[in-house]
Amino acid sequence: MTIKRHADMVPNAIEASRLDVGYGGRIAAVKVLSGLDLTVEAGSFLSILGPSGCGKSTLLRVVADLLDPLGGTISVLGDTPHAVRSRRDVGFVFQDSTLLPWRTVRDNVRLPLGVGQGSLTRRIEDRSDELLELMGLAGFGERLPHQLSGGQRQRVAIARALLGQPKLLLMDEPFGALDEITRDRLNDELLNLWRRTGTTILFVTHSIAEAAYLGERVIVLAANPGRLVKDLDMRPLKQDGNRCTREDPAIVAAMAELRTALEQAS
Amino acid sequence: MRAAPLSPQLAIALPVLGAASILLAWQYLLPLLGVPAYIVPTPTAISGVFQKNFALLMDNLRPTLIEALAGFVIGNLAAVLLAVLFVHSRILQAAYFPIVLFFNTIPILALSPIIILIFGLGMTPKIVIAAVICFFPTLVNMIRGLDSASDNEHELFRVLSATRWEIFWSLRLPRALPMLFSSLRIASATAVIGAIVGEWIGSDKGLGALIIQATFNYQSDRLYAAIVLSSCLSIALFCVVVLAERRAIKY
Repeated sequence: MTIKRHADMVPNAIEASRLDVGYGGRIAAVKVLSGLDLTVEAGSFLSILGPSGCGKSTLLRVVADLLDPLGGTISVLGDTPHAVRSRRDVGFVFQDSTLLPWRTVRDNVRLPLGVGQGSLTRRIEDRSDELLELMGLAGFGERLPHQLSGGQRQRVAIARALLGQPKLLLMDEPFGALDEITRDRLNDELLNLWRRTGTTILFVTHSIAEAAYLGERVIVLAANPGRLVKDLDMRPLKQDGNRCTREDPAIVAAMAELRTALEQAS
Repeated sequence: MRAAPLSPQLAIALPVLGAASILLAWQYLLPLLGVPAYIVPTPTAISGVFQKNFALLMDNLRPTLIEALAGFVIGNLAAVLLAVLFVHSRILQAAYFPIVLFFNTIPILALSPIIILIFGLGMTPKIVIAAVICFFPTLVNMIRGLDSASDNEHELFRVLSATRWEIFWSLRLPRALPMLFSSLRIASATAVIGAIVGEWIGSDKGLGALIIQATFNYQSDRLYAAIVLSSCLSIALFCVVVLAERRAIKY
């Protein structure tokens, strides 16, 4: 069951049907995802949990048009992944921040202004200062990436992904390499950002706690081949605006439920 | 267990003292041990050549400098351009890179007479030899460097729908610079070697020619002075490369 956030007919952020994904071409393919059906509403926050090799990252790569599916259909924002990528409606944040070490923080955030503009019809504004401030990095613009902490680097990566005002933000274990305190803080900042922008977020993580805290909905994928084994709506457990505390008994209970699903999936 | 690092003063003073001790031993100990001056002239005798025959040394430095520099620029430029071509065409790379590697196994000394046969006795064959000697390490390093961007970095550019040219200019090339400069540092020494080897085989000018003449005439102080000057030339080229590297790579 899906409850529409908006009454009007906004296309779903993602509609995947019997989706097969793998590597090595159609003939000698190693299937990573098999027969996945998934619908994600526009504007929602989806956490994706699963053991290594279950195809969580692969799914993001199909949505971002970095990888073609072997079979099935997928539409993103009511269009093909390729069209969506060409319009720059999608932002990607990697586990390692993937900042270019020779560019300053500001120039890293500005990367989307410098490349791929040829195919673009809309104009992207240089909001780098605004975004750096939003991410708590005002005054860091002239630093080089190696002068930042891991958490700061991830903030820069998020700012860069937001520069083009994407309608869909794909995050592949973005906080996986950070210490717990930094991770919790960035989780809260990410939620604030999401409330403010209304961007749809697909958030891949290894952490059950992070998935439950962030997601309006959490799905668990199993490995070999990757398939959906659990789909948990978190909204009834949370207050308005996807708010909750990490210690809330309902959230803790949901985490236990997710853990069970994850253990069976591994 | 690793030793504690030296204080900055000691870190400068110790190599200076080390060099001074060797120069002193060379100056005073070797003659005492009966090593004849025609085999090892003393440091003062060698520096005397720099005073007496400064014009001669400079006359011979100039062609070697020009050959080494021209060879350095041409060889490295050709290597960089070919590397760019190879990383953009896997077919060309698969077809020709093994042949390039095969040529690299031919000793430069064996190749030099052929180059002299082709280009005659002027400066050109020396420039070609210096260029050839610079070419291979830079080609191999540059190919590796241009391919050294991570998968995530390539995906980042693809998400942004970057063109091939943008990927080259904003990702591959800056990624390749550290490896390019490490081969340019090596080339700064080998370019001088190439020029000198070329001059040995057929020339009456240049540091290589001076080395050969001084050897045949038993002018060992002049021979050593030429060696010192060749080494200074390599060091100067090396320093230029390091300065350029510091400007180009700030991270």
